[in-house]
Amino acid sequence: MNLQPTIGLEIHVQLDTRTKMFCACELSFGEPPNTRTCPVCLGLPGALPVLNAQSIHFGLMIGHALGCELAPQSIFHRKNYFYPDLPKGFQISQYDAPLCRGGSLGDVRIDRVHLEEDAAKLNHVGVSGRIHGAGSSIVDFNRGGTPLVEVVTEPDLHDAEEARVWLALLAATMRQLGVSDVRMAEGSLRCDANVSLAPAGSGELGVKTELKNMNSFSFVKRGIEAEIARQRALLESGAEVVQQTLHFDPRSGNLTSLRSKEEAHDYRYFPEPDLVPIAIDEEMVQRAREAVGELPATRIARYEHLGLSAEHAHQFAFRPALGSFFEAVLSAADGASPRELATWTAHVAAALGERDPDASALEPAALAALVALVGAGRVAAGPARTVVLARLLSQGGDPARIVEQEGVGALDDDAGLADAVAAAIAEHPDAAERLRAGNAKAIGPIVGHVMRATKGRADGGEVTRLVHERLGL
Amino acid sequence: MLDRDQVLHVARLARLELTHDEVERMSRELSAVLDHIETISELDLESVAPTSHVIEIANALRADEPRPSLSREVALAGAPAVAEEGFEVPTPGS
Amino acid sequence: MSAPPRTATEAVEAIRAGQLSARELWLACQAAATDDELNAFTWVADADDGPNEEAAALPFAGIPLAVKDLFCTEGIPSQAGSRILRDYRPPYTATVVRQLLDAGASLLAKTNQDEFAMGSSNENSAYGAVLNPHDRGRVPGGSSGGSAAAVAAGIVPWALGTDTGGSIRQPAALCGIVGLKPTYGACSRYGMIAFASSLDQAGPLTRSVADAALLFSKMVGRDPCDSTSLAFPEAIELPRSERLDGLRFGVPDELTGEGVETGVRAAFEASVALVEQLGASVERCQLPHAPHALAAYYLIAPAECSSNLARFDGVRYGLRVDSQDGSLEEMYSRTRAEGFGAEVKRRVMLGTYALSSGYYDAYYGRAQRVRTKIAEDFRAAFERFDFILTPTSPTAAFELGARTSDPLAMYLSDFCTVPMSLAGIPAISIPNGASGGLPVGLQVVGPAFSEPRLLDAAHALELAHADRVKTIALPSPLRFEGNENGAAGARE
Ligand SMILES: [Mg+2]
Ligand SMILES: [Zn+2]
Repeated sequence: MNLQPTIGLEIHVQLDTRTKMFCACELSFGEPPNTRTCPVCLGLPGALPVLNAQSIHFGLMIGHALGCELAPQSIFHRKNYFYPDLPKGFQISQYDAPLCRGGSLGDVRIDRVHLEEDAAKLNHVGVSGRIHGAGSSIVDFNRGGTPLVEVVTEPDLHDAEEARVWLALLAATMRQLGVSDVRMAEGSLRCDANVSLAPAGSGELGVKTELKNMNSFSFVKRGIEAEIARQRALLESGAEVVQQTLHFDPRSGNLTSLRSKEEAHDYRYFPEPDLVPIAIDEEMVQRAREAVGELPATRIARYEHLGLSAEHAHQFAFRPALGSFFEAVLSAADGASPRELATWTAHVAAALGERDPDASALEPAALAALVALVGAGRVAAGPARTVVLARLLSQGGDPARIVEQEGVGALDDDAGLADAVAAAIAEHPDAAERLRAGNAKAIGPIVGHVMRATKGRADGGEVTRLVHERLGL
Repeated sequence: MLDRDQVLHVARLARLELTHDEVERMSRELSAVLDHIETISELDLESVAPTSHVIEIANALRADEPRPSLSREVALAGAPAVAEEGFEVPTPGS
Repeated sequence: MSAPPRTATEAVEAIRAGQLSARELWLACQAAATDDELNAFTWVADADDGPNEEAAALPFAGIPLAVKDLFCTEGIPSQAGSRILRDYRPPYTATVVRQLLDAGASLLAKTNQDEFAMGSSNENSAYGAVLNPHDRGRVPGGSSGGSAAAVAAGIVPWALGTDTGGSIRQPAALCGIVGLKPTYGACSRYGMIAFASSLDQAGPLTRSVADAALLFSKMVGRDPCDSTSLAFPEAIELPRSERLDGLRFGVPDELTGEGVETGVRAAFEASVALVEQLGASVERCQLPHAPHALAAYYLIAPAECSSNLARFDGVRYGLRVDSQDGSLEEMYSRTRAEGFGAEVKRRVMLGTYALSSGYYDAYYGRAQRVRTKIAEDFRAAFERFDFILTPTSPTAAFELGARTSDPLAMYLSDFCTVPMSLAGIPAISIPNGASGGLPVGLQVVGPAFSEPRLLDAAHALELAHADRVKTIALPSPLRFEGNENGAAGARE
């Protein structure tokens, strides 16, 4: 039996507003527990929600970037259920009148995009001294009320790797839009997956299960793989898939069924009477449209057209901070090849790791000037990267001066270099012999000696030429 | 109209523990109220839009500007059980 | 104190004129509140916490104010009449209370009420029933019964209440005072412990229409903390009208016929004659969907309350009852079972049912459509009339316990007040003589944001009614007209 998987995703992304969705508390990034709360986000009696304008703006930007239809009028609903991380006993979410509908990203169609508030954080602390014999948990309301955008796809994905790649594209799009940092490890993007299997070409969908709350790209992939395998084994043995909600444990690789309570789906949605409708006007739409810059897919194509390697084009398109740094270097450079500038931008990225270039002392113009110095043979690539770039990153400054101060300028003194080559050959007679005998690799120790002697300032090509010349090769 | 099982189901949704007597009484009283309420089922409301708000306002948005939060001491002041800088609850599902 | 003021407006004037000190009035009211035998209060300020010298310069001159328990007051018990919030002290103050304190009112007391404002008799309070000052064997009405009784007894010059389906107007009528339910959105709901969000409104309970206008004038305004609040389109002045010349009044058949007690109907008919004597025209009219208002109300209000009261879960504040098996679920359901009274449980159950899967369309959805029709009925009526007149309550105050075992009979008390709540329009109840020796109210209703005109008309009627108002004698720092001989009883 050729069974084809069908996968749909529901993604929650935290929005990078300054304040929470319905109150003026600042968003929390690891602050001590329960220090970012107020009557509204603690659900105190009498408190009322007031909608953050920026969350609507971000929602419209996302809708616009995904090609959605923006609802001229949308409303919030209450989703009622009891849980300690839900201070009001309901979540303010959207139901049958979401902010955006339709649209697509890549080959995957979008069903809807809506806004809702995040729940608080529940930390399990084990056995309580107070409640006899039972487990105890602690609620921290700092996260409660953080604005979330929920993106729901159509079931257009067909394998786990495809789902992982698409999710990465969505995350990059959110980052590019500047609406979210999408730090998955910190839970700012969480993904649910609906998975079903059906005979290929049957045109029908099988019974689906829902995998809840996966918070890394690789967990999403592994979770979906595990669930496809589970369903495949069931169906191939003639058994049936039971509709249920599952939790994937990335450590053990196990899938466990979340106990389905009889009322699990009776959320008693009704229009939130404490909020008024959102009426999108032309000005709001226009502002969102203008705020949406170039999207990753467009950017990749443009970079490849400039001659960048596919790897660099992706790297810069998916990391907007890197992309805009590269663009700044490009516009500061005078005639250098974009491909060369991209290589140097990638060196910067490698040196900084997770940090963005903006957070370093390096100015785009300085990097452009350094690339020009290398191009002109004023400094060798090695010391340019290890000495000059390193100093630019930590202290900034003028690359030409740094070359001078550090004494790493290319040797323009031919006699001096020739002497160094002669000395190196004298130090390594065995290597010289093997080189003469035709072992090209044997040049290594000789060049290495020259480089050490010149502190890396010598040009590698020139040293090789001089060695060969001296040995009469 | 609202039988025992329905009363128990709704009480479960509402997280209300009812005594045996309360279940009986609830069933009787709610049925009487629902009987009265039934009169609206006779109205022809097919083409009538529902009203959630009697006032006509839209948006009522707030600028994304932070205001000071409560101190933790104040936030936790009314809590029935506090531990480790937070609100203590029995672990769900245990 | 030579001639004690009878109303808040007079008290402010007396303080301004130097005939009365704010401090003196505070101490008299504080003593009367402390000695209260009506169970009208759930908290009374210390005698020392009265107004200072500067208060006299403010619009309200430091005169005392009582506030319904469900308004959050920072550091002061705000229990909404519920056991689940026993001794709960919020970290913030409700916007309207803040506004009134800023205008120079002094917070004297929190008043008893039906639990979470659910009730029409004030018997649903975890802090005991309130007694009607006119007859202590009877209810003061509800849910703002403590506020109404305190004002009627002359213990405080005025008080703040809330009205969801009649909770200001009906107790005002049963206690023989003035109660205004404003247009929905006119006053902020921020800090009012919610019953039904789309219906709740704060409003004044006072001893005169002028007092209602004065208190209301400082309550209105758009609050950035309440998305459903609106700027009031004009300033609220003190009413001055003595006549109703040229005004058109409609009397709806649906709210003045069957179910209205004989004495109440007689009082109502007398006031209709009075309206005509004052130069207005009166015609019968129809509000065809008004008879369905109670049904719609008893779906919408419980549905919203079932959700609004979900936050009382024993986690962040209020009562917690630990579970025996250590489970969260049992902690929730035991806490709520012990924390809520019978009527609250009934409405939470009703509302949960009305919203639950499979019933939403038949109940909540339908009720919202009925609401649309009711609002349309009023809009149509206000094309022909300036105001609508009805009795406020179909009966005068009933005996304590008379309706506690029959929820439906209790719900019928709101028959005349609920349609206006659903339509979000303003309505005022003013004293309208008596039935069987007990006060009766007249309800005057206007279109949205017509409060200035509504108060004016009510003022003219109040003047013309003066000799029909039920009076009362109590050891009170304030006096009702006709009180001098110390004799209790109606002058009908
Ligand atoms: Mg969601
Ligand atoms: Zn907050």
